[in-house]
Amino acid sequence: MIMTPQDYIAALPLGIVAVTAFLVLLIEAFRDGSVRVTSWLTALGLAAAFFVAMTRVFGAAPGTAFFGMYATGAFPDLMTAVFCVSGILTVLLSSAYLGKEHLVQGEYYAVLLSAVAGMIMMAAAADLVFFFLGLELMSIAFYILAGFARGRLMSNEAGLKYFLLGAFSTGFLLYGIALVYGATGRTAISAIPSHSLALAHSPVFVVGLALVLVGLLFKVAAFPFHMWAPDVYEGAPTTVSGFMATGGKAAAFSGFLLIFSPLALNALPTLSDVISLIAAASMILGNIVAVSQTSIKRMLAYSSIAHAGYILAGVVAGNRMGAEGVIFYLAAYTLMNIGAFGVVSILESGDGTGVTYDECAGLSRRAPVLSGLMAVFMFSLTGIPPFAGFFGKYYVFAGAIGGGYTWLAIIGVLMSVVSASYYLRLVVLMYFKEGTERNSSVSVPAASLAALVIAAIGLLGLGLFPSLLLQLTAWCF
Amino acid sequence: MEQYIPIVIMIGVGAAAGIVFTNINRWIGPKRPSEEKLSTYESGMEPVRSARERFSVKFYLVAMLFIVFDVEIVFMYPWAVLFRQLGMFGFVEMVVFIAILLVGYIYILKKGALQWH
Amino acid sequence: MTAESLAFFFLAAFAVSTAILMVLQRNPVMSAICMIGTFFSLAGLYLLLHAQLLAVLQVVIYTGAIMVLVLFVIMLLNLGDEARLRERYDLAMGVGTVLAAGFVVELFFILFYSGDPALRASMDPRAAALGTVEGMGGALFGRFVLPFEMTSVLLLVAVVGAVVLAKRKG
Repeated sequence: MIMTPQDYIAALPLGIVAVTAFLVLLIEAFRDGSVRVTSWLTALGLAAAFFVAMTRVFGAAPGTAFFGMYATGAFPDLMTAVFCVSGILTVLLSSAYLGKEHLVQGEYYAVLLSAVAGMIMMAAAADLVFFFLGLELMSIAFYILAGFARGRLMSNEAGLKYFLLGAFSTGFLLYGIALVYGATGRTAISAIPSHSLALAHSPVFVVGLALVLVGLLFKVAAFPFHMWAPDVYEGAPTTVSGFMATGGKAAAFSGFLLIFSPLALNALPTLSDVISLIAAASMILGNIVAVSQTSIKRMLAYSSIAHAGYILAGVVAGNRMGAEGVIFYLAAYTLMNIGAFGVVSILESGDGTGVTYDECAGLSRRAPVLSGLMAVFMFSLTGIPPFAGFFGKYYVFAGAIGGGYTWLAIIGVLMSVVSASYYLRLVVLMYFKEGTERNSSVSVPAASLAALVIAAIGLLGLGLFPSLLLQLTAWCF
Repeated sequence: MEQYIPIVIMIGVGAAAGIVFTNINRWIGPKRPSEEKLSTYESGMEPVRSARERFSVKFYLVAMLFIVFDVEIVFMYPWAVLFRQLGMFGFVEMVVFIAILLVGYIYILKKGALQWH
Repeated sequence: MTAESLAFFFLAAFAVSTAILMVLQRNPVMSAICMIGTFFSLAGLYLLLHAQLLAVLQVVIYTGAIMVLVLFVIMLLNLGDEARLRERYDLAMGVGTVLAAGFVVELFFILFYSGDPALRASMDPRAAALGTVEGMGGALFGRFVLPFEMTSVLLLVAVVGAVVLAKRKG
């Protein structure tokens, strides 16, 4: 048992992120208050991991490292890149937001980095044990981040609620893994498709997979495991909500693509049917409840349930197009949703107010750049071309139709129309309605503006040239 | 199954010793209660309020940190059993494991999480 | 009846009865003590399954550390009047009961099918020899070296979380 250099190279992004987390923690321990340094170090570490991952995506053949624990190849590296982008944008948005909320602490960045490390472990898991560890690492980091604003009651509630329900759902996931192991004696994820064929009628195995499904559905906030999402996204610090809704969701969906791969799903039609019903219910519930929200943060929380439904349609398609569509969607969703939460974090005043629809009326006169960016994110979330959100939806729905789930795609399109009512309402309010507080201008911090501009350019770039990303996703499966 | 018999006997003897020693006083001691004897003994002071009070959250922090390092120790148990067999590789593994937790320990010390005030 | 099955039935009965007692107790401290009983009998059951390391861990971590934490939480909350812990029965609780009952039926179903020949055929034969300290240790420090090291990161984050969330700002 000896590791080769290839093993270390394979796990390099994970190593970079973890070591950066240690460094940030040590800096925080020895030089309390040098948060400027730690935030830049965090961004630097994530950027380094991003570049290492991106250089390897093209033409990478799938394999494993560390004795069949760590998956290598295009898929883990591409997902790693998505998580790093999510992390970098969150870091850029956080520095100003944390200052405003009096939350300036270096631990924030250390915990954020460990969350990214957990996500990378999930996407690069070749073994259920490793996957579970990554999920736990990410989740514990999220519990801490959600309750980070200790002075705010809502944040405490968010942290506690997420922790209690999350721990419960993790129990389901772990029990499911135990049953799968009990049925097969193996924990290798690559063995799941062949076992699915052989054990399609064995209750131990199928119930095990179903319990794993429950755990993952909780993490992506799909119906009926969505209850926590609105309260947690509303109560958590806004930048953290954006991070959880994008990076966390992307990580859980990479778990879907690994464990409920097209091969496994095609062997288990019952499980596919259940997932398709859950996808439809998530789209319907998320969109319809989002219409009646007055707080933008809450609206984004419900809409994230709806987006989980759209992405599940790509998962359940059980074909290559659907799976590639999921990756594309996750990349686009990361950019547009962090952007939307980022705009909210800038608008939010120190006591957590200023994030209702009414308060955004006439925003275009007070903050023209910010309103323009928010309009881009809203158009993209609705799925209007030429932004990347459109192609994300296009690929997952096309995949669903190819997989025989035409009805799901129809529901998805109809619900996207519903979603236009609450996304575009914000745009209309910002541009065509007189605001009450005309003289108060909004100051946009430079780092936050940079993050929003990066997200908007990314959305436009992926929307105009989707083949840029599709060339890479083609290597994933 | 047979190799567990000594363990079962040990558990039995241990439990019996615990039960007997804590109750032997009650079983064979003479009992002559009076009002004075039955009152709460607090070094001669009059008891003024309930002994059950809310604990400070500081205790919880200590308990949490204890658990984390307790879990760390648990990993050393199979490692110690296999130490010779694992050789240098196992040694380095454990050093890395402890080094990562050492970061946490340094953090705790520097943050003053173990100081009471 | 062999000694092994005798021990199994004794431990199983003890585990189930202490678990039921734990739920039924009014006094949270008594509940916690009943839970210790459950944990101990589970450790015994692990021994019967030749999973010695797991049995030791069950005692060291659960009956040792986790129970201390549970008692700490009880003291931190200072529930005082134990009778207040009574729960009300409403619709949510009814739905929960039905779902829990369904889950129990599902588990019995699994139990019933665990002798399934397809299942036996798919079983990895190496898995059975994994329970001993040597088996678990060999896996943990061999093939599972990366998960083992990442466990340390997980513990580190837990430390940071405890300090961040529970430490008073100086």
